[in-house]
Amino acid sequence: MRRPSTLAFMMLALLGVLVVLIFAHSWQLTVTDQSRLLANRALVTQLGLTDLSLFSESRYTRHPSQADLHSALQDHPGAFDHFPTGSLISPPAHLNKPHERLAGKTTSPD
Amino acid sequence: MNVWLEKQRHLIDFTLASLARRKTKNLGLLLAYAVLVFVLASLALFTQALRTEASFVLAGSPEVILQRMVAGRHDLIPPGYIEKIGRIRGVQKQEGRLWGYYYDPVVNANYTFMARPADEVASGSIMVGATLARARGLAAGNVISFRSYSGKLFAFKVSAVLSPDAELLSADLVLLSEADFRAFFEYPAGHYTDIALSVANPQEVRKVAEKLSTTLPDSRPILREEVLRTYQSVFDWREGIMLTVLAGAILAFAILSWEKASGLSAEEKREIGILKAIGWETSDVIRMKMWEGLLISLTAFLLGFIAAYVHVFYFGAAVFEPVLKGWAVLYPRFALVPTVDGLQIATLFFFTIFPYTAAVLVPIWRAAITDPDSVMRA
Repeated sequence: MRRPSTLAFMMLALLGVLVVLIFAHSWQLTVTDQSRLLANRALVTQLGLTDLSLFSESRYTRHPSQADLHSALQDHPGAFDHFPTGSLISPPAHLNKPHERLAGKTTSPD
Repeated sequence: MNVWLEKQRHLIDFTLASLARRKTKNLGLLLAYAVLVFVLASLALFTQALRTEASFVLAGSPEVILQRMVAGRHDLIPPGYIEKIGRIRGVQKQEGRLWGYYYDPVVNANYTFMARPADEVASGSIMVGATLARARGLAAGNVISFRSYSGKLFAFKVSAVLSPDAELLSADLVLLSEADFRAFFEYPAGHYTDIALSVANPQEVRKVAEKLSTTLPDSRPILREEVLRTYQSVFDWREGIMLTVLAGAILAFAILSWEKASGLSAEEKREIGILKAIGWETSDVIRMKMWEGLLISLTAFLLGFIAAYVHVFYFGAAVFEPVLKGWAVLYPRFALVPTVDGLQIATLFFFTIFPYTAAVLVPIWRAAITDPDSVMRA
């Protein structure tokens, strides 16, 4: 029968190897990841974009880096959101309600 | 050396056998410990990946954006402004940008409209972001109409949908020709939203910004480094919010592990007494307990970290997604590129392993230096 320490070392070695693989994986970007990142940077350069398109509810959350500095509700870019967008509150139910998508399917412009 | 190693292995064997005698208690502790590391590591990995992605892609944004301020608010760039900038040394290229927001009542979402040169987007056509296309059920070739702020209806043909890989940048983007943009928003001729500047020498960016402020006192230059810093701080505070929410759990675990590590049960005290009585040195008892602390904390750290990596990069951080990602009506679908910050993980390693291992030692040392007979009778 194997000694308990042998089993423990084997388990720790296995976990250690997995952690090393994780570091190696994260340092060596895959070709897909690299080409996606480069394509996105090229898009930013081409369109002159300044912000990530994460929260489109208000001007200062859609473009936090371009937000006005000192006007009310347009605080400095690092300020906490006043709007629920991007906050801990979940979206109102009616926004998640599924409904029939007719856009693009009608004969006349919708 | 071999003798020393063999001695340590025997100590570890004994420690594991001792842990196995209180299996449920120790497995429970290991699980709680691993879950805590998992939560903290998930948080660190997710925000680090977002920060890295933002700083990589936004490194391509314009070196300087010049806004005009009127009464503390962003205003349109009037004609003649761009020509004044052209005379500032160091400015390689200046380009007036036209962009604005449009609220679409159909999906209750805001879009960002941006004008592009005629060779990129033909008049009467638009290019849309993949998230917007999904929300409105659009594909290339479809026609969509928007009612402008003046009440007129404008119909556009979707010439292309932007790559879904770029959703993080273009979720709500509508690209249209300059003529269409001006007609849709009734933008005054010769006016622009802001100006994008490129500076030949990166060392001169700050100097150019200073000159811009002097030449155009009503302007506000926004440097690329400020854009990058904004995103660092945005994700820093999201991480901070999550840590604040978790503070109670972290504290509860600290109390649990301190209680477990520093308070010895009667059974453990008797065990130490017996070991001392049969000839174990104090140092051996301390070493044995040190191995116990190290084995539990190291296993918990490795398990928690590996689980966190899989959770963040293969399951999209499903557990903390609502808090870390936030929400918006038009929320982009995106996969993060795996990134691990060695220093961040080393800090987590230190703060999870060291305190527990150290907390184990103090009561053991106290019990190990007392008389075995009194320890066993206690």
